[in-house]
Amino acid sequence: MSTTGVLVRDVDLPTADALRGGGTLALLTLDNGADHTRPTTLSPETVAELEQVLLAQRERASRGQIAALAVTGKPYVFAAGADLKRVTEVTSRDQALALGRGGHAAYRLLRELGVPTFAFVNGVALGGGLELALACDYRTVAGSVRALGLPETSLGLVPGWGGATLLPRLIGVEAALDVILTRAAATKPLSAHEADLLGVVDVMLDPADFLARSVAWAASVVRGDTVVARRAPEPEDSFRAVVDAARTRLDAVVGTSRPAPHRALALVEQTRDLGLDEAYALEDEALADLVMTHEMRASVYAFGLVTGAKRPVGAPPAELARPVRRVGVVGAGLMAAQIALLVARRLKVPVVMRDLDSERCAAGLAHVRAEVDKAVHRGRLTTARAARVLGSITATTNLADLAGCDLVIEAVTERLDLKKHVFAELEPIVGPDAVLATNTSALSVTAMAADLDHPERVVGLHFFNPVAAMPLVEVIRAERTDEPALATAYAVTKALGKNAVGSADRPGFIVNRLLVLLLGRIVGAVERGTPVEVADRACDVLGLPMPPFQLFDLVGPAVGLHVLTSLREELGEAFPRSPGLERIVADGVPVVGPPPAPGLPRRPLPDVQAAFDAARDPATPQQPLDEAGVLDDVLVALTTEIGRMLDEGVVTTPSQIDTAMILGAGWPFHLGGITPYLDRTGYSERVLGRRLLPDGVASLPE
Amino acid sequence: MTSSPPMRRGLLGRRVVLVDGVRTPFGRARDDGLYAGTRADDLAVACVRELLHRNPNLPPERVGEVAIAATTQQGDQGLTLGRTVAMLAGLPQEVPGYAVDRMCAGALTATTQVAAQIAVGAVDVAIAGGVEHMGRHPLGGGADPNPRFVAEGLVDSDALVMGATAENLHDGDARLTRERADRYGVASQERYAAALAAGRIDRDLVAVGVRDQGAWTLATADEPPRPGTTLEGVRDLPTPFRPGGRVTAATSSPLTDGATACLLAAQDVAAELGLAARARLVSFAYAGVDPAVMGLGPVPATRRALELAGLGIDDIGAIEVNEAFAVQVLAFLDAFGLDDADPRVNPDGGAIAVGHPLAASGVRLAIQLARRFEDDPSIRYGLTTMCVGLGQGATVVWENPHHPAYDGERTSGEHLASAGATPTTPEVQL
Repeated sequence: MSTTGVLVRDVDLPTADALRGGGTLALLTLDNGADHTRPTTLSPETVAELEQVLLAQRERASRGQIAALAVTGKPYVFAAGADLKRVTEVTSRDQALALGRGGHAAYRLLRELGVPTFAFVNGVALGGGLELALACDYRTVAGSVRALGLPETSLGLVPGWGGATLLPRLIGVEAALDVILTRAAATKPLSAHEADLLGVVDVMLDPADFLARSVAWAASVVRGDTVVARRAPEPEDSFRAVVDAARTRLDAVVGTSRPAPHRALALVEQTRDLGLDEAYALEDEALADLVMTHEMRASVYAFGLVTGAKRPVGAPPAELARPVRRVGVVGAGLMAAQIALLVARRLKVPVVMRDLDSERCAAGLAHVRAEVDKAVHRGRLTTARAARVLGSITATTNLADLAGCDLVIEAVTERLDLKKHVFAELEPIVGPDAVLATNTSALSVTAMAADLDHPERVVGLHFFNPVAAMPLVEVIRAERTDEPALATAYAVTKALGKNAVGSADRPGFIVNRLLVLLLGRIVGAVERGTPVEVADRACDVLGLPMPPFQLFDLVGPAVGLHVLTSLREELGEAFPRSPGLERIVADGVPVVGPPPAPGLPRRPLPDVQAAFDAARDPATPQQPLDEAGVLDDVLVALTTEIGRMLDEGVVTTPSQIDTAMILGAGWPFHLGGITPYLDRTGYSERVLGRRLLPDGVASLPE
Repeated sequence: MTSSPPMRRGLLGRRVVLVDGVRTPFGRARDDGLYAGTRADDLAVACVRELLHRNPNLPPERVGEVAIAATTQQGDQGLTLGRTVAMLAGLPQEVPGYAVDRMCAGALTATTQVAAQIAVGAVDVAIAGGVEHMGRHPLGGGADPNPRFVAEGLVDSDALVMGATAENLHDGDARLTRERADRYGVASQERYAAALAAGRIDRDLVAVGVRDQGAWTLATADEPPRPGTTLEGVRDLPTPFRPGGRVTAATSSPLTDGATACLLAAQDVAAELGLAARARLVSFAYAGVDPAVMGLGPVPATRRALELAGLGIDDIGAIEVNEAFAVQVLAFLDAFGLDDADPRVNPDGGAIAVGHPLAASGVRLAIQLARRFEDDPSIRYGLTTMCVGLGQGATVVWENPHHPAYDGERTSGEHLASAGATPTTPEVQL
């Protein structure tokens, strides 16, 4: 990608009633010469060029040649932040320090130019891009801009080009921490409207004539006709209260799993009363420390995995995919209805759901309708689109109605005989090229296809619950799946707006195999006498989205137990038997209590410990572990299992596992999914005798 | 002359006023021109946005129609411009729109068409305008003329080459010399330069954000004018349309990119909304002539429009005639017995200096006339006129609302002229 340049043109400022005569505005455009699909980023060279341009403009300002300066971006993009690839190329702390100082040196000039400076935020402004806007005296934003944010903490960094210092002063500490911590973690940048309400920008203007109106607004500021009020410094006690509350929350949610959020909070706290020299020096130190962490390197690796529009590893050429003009879904249960709705919304083709009786069909359609109504209510779907979606989904009890389908996805009860029966019945009905897909999470796709005339058309499409929200689909290649069927599965997944990760037809595929292994190790530890509370907290240091018992509760203890049992049968004793869990399922014991506050972890109820104690097999040797011991057991097991998965060819690269765990289980960026963490903690060397990823790919180079 | 309809003073129906009008700065239609990197529809959008900004009293949903003209309606000038421009400008989706084509008289036709819609009461307020990005859409680009035109001698082969039709005008009348044309062309540049210096040009312009080799900048000034043009400097210019001809770059309007838009309303609605009345549309007319001398079009069109208005040329205090070619203006002046330097005609220069983005020019004439009305309340009536390729002329007669005799109370019903009101249209031999 070409580096971003800083282009300068002189623009006439209008007067109150004339097109020209208000002086000259130096208008800077950040442009990398590519279209909006390649957003402009800020490399060290770009930042250095910006500094040179600003120095020259400061000189002009001192000679009275310009009355104002403004920065804007190429269409649809203001600036998407620092060039992350270049950040990960930094190999020493001194280099890292220079990175922060370079940004500050350039951006500070925007406050010290001698004339008012403006950011005309015409498009995406993230990270260092938004900080560039914050560095200016004033900001306009186009009403169409959807993403203004400081995502640094989610990438293992802090907003270290002025953001941590300036944003709290501009919009108050509470809103600033929401942007820097909460929205960063949730990947929820601000819209232009939200940024306007919060005061991140001074005025929102229509995108149709954004530049001309921004220049006119700037001119009115230069003339003094428009005066922007800035907020007074926040009182000490309310500032303190907000920071303390944020810290309590970070302690609970992030803990010690990664340093960036706490460091960002500390920066906000420490810079409050400082001059810019001292404040920016603290930002530089924080940035330098964090750039030199494994967490940051793993985060950028993970970010690359989930944002890269790369073709999934192992996907056949897309042109082999067959056209899909009509889709059948066998089953009208919850999963089937969700899949039918997704297909209707995204593929925009007719969808036929089939179930055994009209009551189930009606229930499936009712579920679809309820979901559509919800989407309309939330403004996610127009009534016209809703009508189209609802009109394109039908339900039938007659399998023959699936005759014209190019793709049939079965989502019936997880029993091999049932699924085989469905496919056997379907085969004479659908055309010879129709692809048959199964949404199984645990059964063998190969076995399901075994008795068909054309087993090569059968493929696995493993959706995650809730289907609408989860970004991952595991695409399963059975032993005899042919290339066109597989290509169709990948093409459909992409068209559905999901990320595909390919998997061989092995039990649990990728996500369930590792997630259930982790749960199994936790209950196994409890069976061996480790207190439930200790086992539940053991993985807190990893910063997973939720503790294991809360996850059990979410998937449903019965489902969890079922998958654990079947994986043990297929994959062996690494997946332990748990009489305690069986008791919990049998007795319907509630697993976790309510969260202490929304978003905080839910912990196991005392009854869970009692159930384990009551059901424990006296023959199980008692070897209680502490938290570190449980964690070690989990990590050894995960490493071992990943080694087996690579040996078995479930996937061909560790990165596929990381992608799947990030998108399918929400495993965090700072672990890089999981394999970068196993590498940097030495588990892969210890257990497998080798690294999983090359040194430096997702870690600080040795 | 053929037989005339009964005389009446202007249009029937509701009185229609020009509320406001704006244009983009005009750019040279070249690869390195002002708008080389700007879409045509975006130019029209900039004008509509500016009308809305300048008239905050106008609730956007009160706009009942948006008519935008372009000669070559394809690419970024395709897809029903009036509708797409309305949507892109942020007008409510309830506001309808359509595209117009009458070649160079596109915007003028859009204006009279929506005026007629207003007059009959179909809409209250409307936007009319035009755009031509000649850098992207050269005149006749992509056109496929029917071979019968030539095979059956329906038109002279010159008819599609506008410069050649201008040469034909020179041929037809010994009074139309190159020297007169050169002198007129130079005067146009001088008049424009004087108007610019006096601040009479900028008031109609909207600043447009444009990209120049990746860099954003703002277009705030016309690019085509060539200040400092002298008679000596143009005397020996080549004649590209005919060896040994008379029409040169200095006596032709340059190829131009630009857009215009104006706001029209029923007079009573304008008053109700607190909108200004800058000119009242009295009458309009279109007329056909031999396509080989299309430059004569304004003559019969003007005669007809004056006749409909019940006025004579002597009643007209201000004329804005489009300067497609100097010779075509001179032919018009001769037809009506006006002097080449008549101060009523194009005192701020014309298309030879500022440029002629074909379908956009009609509204430029109207807004320039409206400025003159504002600056000189002694002018009672004015007219805008232009020639049109393939042998047409277009004229609109306007009344100055600032004139002391203007009846601002009357809202409708031009009556048939009383017996005494005899038209004073001069007899002109075409």
